[in-house]
Formats: sequence, structure tokens, C-alpha cells
Amino acid sequence: MSEPTEEHQCWNCGEHPPSQKAARSLFCQFCNSLQAPSPDYYRFFGLNKTLAIDPENLQRTFYQMSRLLHPDRYGRRPERERQYSLEATAILNDGYRTLKDPVRRAEYVLNENGFRAAEQRSSEVPPELLEEVFELNMMLDELKSGDDSVIEQLGDARQRFLSMLSGIDGELETAFRGHDGAPEGDARLKVLTSIRAILHRRRYIQNLIGEVDRQLASRNA
Amino acid sequence: MELFQIDFSGQSPKKVVGIDLGTTNSLVAFMDLTGPVVIPDPLGQNMVPSIVSLSDDGHSFVVGEQARARLITRPEHSVYSVKRLMGRGVADIQDEIKLFPFKIAEGSENVLRLRVGDRTMTPPEVSAQVLRKLKANAETHLGEPVTQAVITVPAYFNDAQRQATKDAGRIAGLEVLRLVNEPTAASLAYGLDKRQDGIVAVYDFGGGTFDISILRLREGIFEVLATNGDTHLGGDDIDNRLLAIALEDASSEWGRDISTTGEAVQLVRQAVIRAKEQLSFAPEANIEVAFGGRAYQRALTRAHFESLIKDIVDRTLAPCRQALRDAGLTPEQIDEVVLVGGSTRIPLVRQAVRNLFKAEPHTDLNPDEVVAIGAAVQAGILAGEVQDQLLLDVTPLSLGIETMGGVVTKLIHRNSTIPASASEVFTTSVDGQKNVLIHVLQGERELVKDCRSLARFDLKDIDPLPAGMTRIEVRFLIDANGILSVSARDVRTGKEQSVEVKPSYGLTDEQVDAMVRESFEKAEEDFKARQVREAQVEAGNILSAVEKAKANDAWLGLTGDERAAVDLAVNQLLAVYHSDNHRLILDHIAKLDSATVRLAESMMNSAVQDALKGTKI
Repeated sequence: MSEPTEEHQCWNCGEHPPSQKAARSLFCQFCNSLQAPSPDYYRFFGLNKTLAIDPENLQRTFYQMSRLLHPDRYGRRPERERQYSLEATAILNDGYRTLKDPVRRAEYVLNENGFRAAEQRSSEVPPELLEEVFELNMMLDELKSGDDSVIEQLGDARQRFLSMLSGIDGELETAFRGHDGAPEGDARLKVLTSIRAILHRRRYIQNLIGEVDRQLASRNA
Repeated sequence: MELFQIDFSGQSPKKVVGIDLGTTNSLVAFMDLTGPVVIPDPLGQNMVPSIVSLSDDGHSFVVGEQARARLITRPEHSVYSVKRLMGRGVADIQDEIKLFPFKIAEGSENVLRLRVGDRTMTPPEVSAQVLRKLKANAETHLGEPVTQAVITVPAYFNDAQRQATKDAGRIAGLEVLRLVNEPTAASLAYGLDKRQDGIVAVYDFGGGTFDISILRLREGIFEVLATNGDTHLGGDDIDNRLLAIALEDASSEWGRDISTTGEAVQLVRQAVIRAKEQLSFAPEANIEVAFGGRAYQRALTRAHFESLIKDIVDRTLAPCRQALRDAGLTPEQIDEVVLVGGSTRIPLVRQAVRNLFKAEPHTDLNPDEVVAIGAAVQAGILAGEVQDQLLLDVTPLSLGIETMGGVVTKLIHRNSTIPASASEVFTTSVDGQKNVLIHVLQGERELVKDCRSLARFDLKDIDPLPAGMTRIEVRFLIDANGILSVSARDVRTGKEQSVEVKPSYGLTDEQVDAMVRESFEKAEEDFKARQVREAQVEAGNILSAVEKAKANDAWLGLTGDERAAVDLAVNQLLAVYHSDNHRLILDHIAKLDSATVRLAESMMNSAVQDALKGTKI
């Protein structure tokens, strides 16, 4: 997101914020009316651009800001402020949903940094998984051809994928700390590149589990 | 943070009422100085049956308890359970039509039209009659016009059903400040009662709909974590099950098919409902019907009743489990289950709740009134009267758009806190393309044909450029009512793009406007007429009091001038009694009042003297 370059002015009282910091405030310092909200989730929540976030603190901020911004609080206010309240609360809720979930949070930061996280082709097999995927496809083929003896093996494979997922969550946490500790710029981008690969692997494994569940379900049906 | 706001207008802000617009019964409540209060009708009843009947003059409507008898005497003029038809298309209701005596009128393609007597009415218009009755009850009770309301809807209502409810409010002359989900409203009432933080499940089994909502209550914030339900599951289904059995039974006993006779069906329906209600308190009940000189009677034990309805009750459990999964909780993590809706009085339902949540359900609140009470609290929040509580509700259904191959791409997932938004960039696929059509759907399934079509949006007047050059960002915004709006912007130019909306079901804005205009004129008329009637009642009271007083000795004790002044005031009041100006009547009541001050005083004195003498007056 680009920083607003045009000079900010309160829509209600016409005053200009005295400082850059005040310009970022959701409320006019002079008349206290709600201003057009910024769509940047981190800025909106008043957070530094770190990937590790304390969930308790985030929830507390979410509740506090809900009290200040929710449309229910603007029932008797001017139409323009009601509209801002709706916009701001939508950003607050979208942002909370994104930031409280580590994967969505990482995807958001990737997107903000020009990575197209979700666009990486999901058909590309992550190299670490080539062997597993090959075996799995064989088992699924056998299942489709009516060989029920592979059901147990499939269950084992599913279990392996699940433990891989929790392993990945640990990897992510480490990578988050690496990102937050690195200086802004190329060093961070390098960590983000590796995070993108981890997320891709994670999504791929989730799809595999989904596929196993689907096949087993259609077998049982 | 808040500035002091001083109101110099000298008028107290208008009251916002909370309305529970139910399938079977409806209620209206408001925030009194002491807390939320349900407003009774003039006869003292809190519940207004959601029954509307076109009166024999063909113009006015009978609503509520008075309309119930007309279900039997005038079945073609009467409608009940219309909430089941809100926001639905003809194809949706084929099953209902078999069981309900509704006649669908011509021209029901985009919006359902019911034949009511010689008129056709859309479900929002029928609901508006119930709302007008509640509005009138509130106005009589509060002594001021009521124009703003919070209306509750089942949590699992989709966009079209919500829009239809909002339309009903507008037609009734009410500005709907908020649609609140019924279980969430109930949780507000519960929170007021308990004032304790924790995780609460609200199990709302009403006349026509079932909802389950799971909430986190924390320091006055009521955060819905997950909601689920079935908008076609309720006490009506139990009634219809019993009705079908009893009709068949009675028909075979009497040797004639009575299932096509509207009057007989309604009589049997009311009899099975009575039996159902009795079975919540007694181990056995009788279904008794007298029709056409014949009598039908059957005993029904609770055990038999439970075996007949078990599958209906069990249908509430899958949504409960899904809501728990979506909230990421196990039954053990639920601190309390709050029961809402009349159907939760059925012992089998309570047993099912107990088994699933492994907890004794909370039954301290009146299940019939708790939603209305909560709606009043929400009205208080919107009016700024309630400061420490805030609802954070969710959208019950995922929102998506149609993409290649009839597949739905989800943009906003179910159980997202609302207001919520999502943006999607669309591009052109043909050189010089000027329009992009977007199909918006609601539902959890993968394919377009399995989801609910909400609307088609046409992005028009796109600059004709080579394919793929134009990028249009479309923003979907679900507001705090759970209703969708769409805006679009050309990414390259930043220009707002016009969006033309074609709702798949429901009334257009123009249609609602026309209905509003018609009813607004009527509402004004109604309010005036009621004010006049009330003034006339007051005038009648004072006139008969003066008439009685003339028989008192005190009358003779007045001077001739005083007596003449009273007579003059009486005659003047009688002269304006039949005018349609309530102010005029009230003015003359005041004049008569002041003309009789001396009379009243001396009557009082003589009463006191009589009392001192020990004689009876």
C-alpha cells in the first residue's frame, strides 16, 4: 500500500492534522469525528510489520477498536461518518481475520511485498514431497481399481501428512522470527521467499489430505 | 474520546423499538429507564400471533389473535407462517405449498405473490401488516409515533430473506436501523441476566426456523464465533407431521376426505397444536375435533409423540455439530446453553440438547420473549442508551462468485465477523469488451447449481480496450445487517464503475417504494385515527363524570354563572366530539376540566364532611 501523498484534511471541521502521526489517526484531533480509514491492516491495528504477533494482544486491540468504530456506535451520527464507520469496521474485521491466523497473515505480508502467494501453481510438486506424492498416487489408483487393502496404508499416509503439517507450523514460526529479526529490505525479502515456499508446501499437503479424504469417502459411500 | 453532546432541541430523541417478527408470534419491546420491557397490546397480551386476514370489506386487515378465528371461517382471506415464504422463489416452496393453504398468484416469477381474498400480496406486504400492528401497539403504549426499529431475523437467513424483512419494515412505515440475528439478540438478554464472561451456545428452535449460535462473552462484547441452522425447520414441521396423521385418521373414521376442506384442516391443525403443547407438561393429551356434526377424538401419549417427532428434533443436531467445529470448540468447552423459541419447551428437545452439549440447559428466560428483549437492548445500543455492550455478529453463509465451469469461488467465508468485505479484480476477455457480468451466490457448495443465486451485477460502460487491458476491482461489502452491497472501480483510471444490480429474488427498490408510499399515507391516517379515538374515549369519560356530578348536592352549591360555564363547556365538547381533530377535542376536554374545578372541589369537601359525619355517600 502506498502512503497517502495528498495533504489530509478533516472532512468535518476542515482542520489539518499537526503531524504525520496525527494524520494517521482514525479520529480528527480537533473535532473527534471519524476519518476515512486506511486499508493497511498493520497500520490500522497500530502494529509494527512483524510476522510474529501476540494473539492475546491482538484480540484486546480488536475489541477496543470495535467499541470505537462499530456502526452500532454511529446510529445517531451524520451519514458520512456512518459510512466511514462501516468501512473502518469492515477493514477492522477483515484485518483481524487475516492477522490472527499465521498463514493468512504471512500471505498478506507476501502480497504487500509484491509476492503473489496464492498464484504459485499448486500443481507444481514441492521437491521434498516428490517421493511421497508418487507413492500416494499409486495407492489411490489401487483404491480406485477396487483394492481395499490399501485403505490402511492410506490412513498411515494421511497421518504422516498431518504430522508434516504440524512440523511446517513450527518451521513457519522460526521463519517468522527470522523475518522479524532481519533488517528491512533485501534480508527480509529473502526470508519472505523461503516463507512462500513453506506456504506452498503446506497448501500442497493440505490438498493431498483433502484428496485422500475425498477418495476414502467416495469408497465408503 | 467522546465529545460532550448537548441536545438543545428540547425534544427527547425518538424511541427505537425492538421487534421479534416470528413465524408464529411477534412481539415488540423497548428500553425503559429500568431496562428492556415487552409492550403488550391494548388487551394486555405480549404476543401477537403472526396471522393476517383481509377483512370482509376488502380493504383493511385483521391481525393477531382476532385473525386466528378467521383462519377457520375465512381460510382464503387469511395467511399464517408467512415468514417461511420471505425472500423465496416459487421453486423453493413447492414442499410448503402442499401443507400450507396458500394460493400462489400469477406473476410470481421473481417475487412470490399470494392470493389473499381478491387481492395479491407479496410476503413482505403480509409481514408489514404484522409490523404495523406492533407499531400501533407501541405507539399507543408510548404515546408517541414510532418510526425506527430493530427487527430480528433467523441467523441463517440469506441475503434475500434479510432484504425481504427490511422491505417489510419499510412498507410498514418503519426505518429498520438494524436486522439482528435472533440467537444473538437472545444472548444480549441472557448477558443482561447473567453478567458473566464465558462461551455460550444459543439453541433457537422456533415456529419455522432453527438456529444455533456460539458466542464468546467478554467484558460486554458479544462475539459470535459460529452460527448454523436451517431456515425450514421448526414447530410447524411438528404440527404438520401430526396434522397429516390426524387428517388421515379422521378421514378414514368419517369415511370422507377432509384434507381438502380448509375449515376442517384448520380445526384439526389447532387441535394437534393444543395436544402438542399439553404434552410438554402432561404424559398424555387428547386431540379433539368437532366438525360438520361429527366428533373426532384420539389420545396421544408423550412416548408416542416423541417417536413421531424424533427425526425432526434430530435434524437440529447436525447444525449444532457443524457450528462447534467451525468455532473450533468441543461440547465440553460450552459453559452454558440458552434455550430460545417455543419448541424448546418440548421435553425431547431439551433431552437432545442435554445429550449433545453434556450440560443442563439454561431455562430461566422466557423462551417466547427473550428475542424481543434482546432486540430492545440492541435498539438501546443504537440509540446510544446502552453503552457498555456491543454485538459482533457473523455472516452465516459464504459469499462467492461464479467462475469458469459453473464453479463458485468463495470471497467471504461463512462465520466471518460483519461488516466484512472482499475485493476481486476482473478483466475483459475479448477486445473492446464493454460489459462484464458477475453472478453472486451464497452457500457452502462448490457448484453454482447448489448455491443460492443472490444477484447478477453488470459492470457497464467499460472503456473498450484490448482484451485483458482493463482491470476492474469489484468490492463486496456485507454490512452489519448481513446485507450485501457492491461497488466497482477501474484500477487503471481509478474511476468509479457503474454497477447494475438484478436481484434474483425479491422486490425491486421501485416496487418497495410504491408500497411504502401507499402504506405511508395509510399509516399517517391510522395514527391520526387512533389519536382521535383516544381523545374521544377521554372525552366520554369526563362527560359521564360531569353528568354524574350534576346529581350531587355540590352542583346546586355552584353559582348560576358557574353552572352555565360548565354547561357551555359540555356543549362545546359535544360539538367537537365527532371531529377528526384530536387536538380540538383535547382542548375542549381541558376547558371542561377547568370549568369544573370548583365543582370538583366542593364535591371533595362535601365528601370529606360526609366522611367526618360518619355517613356513607
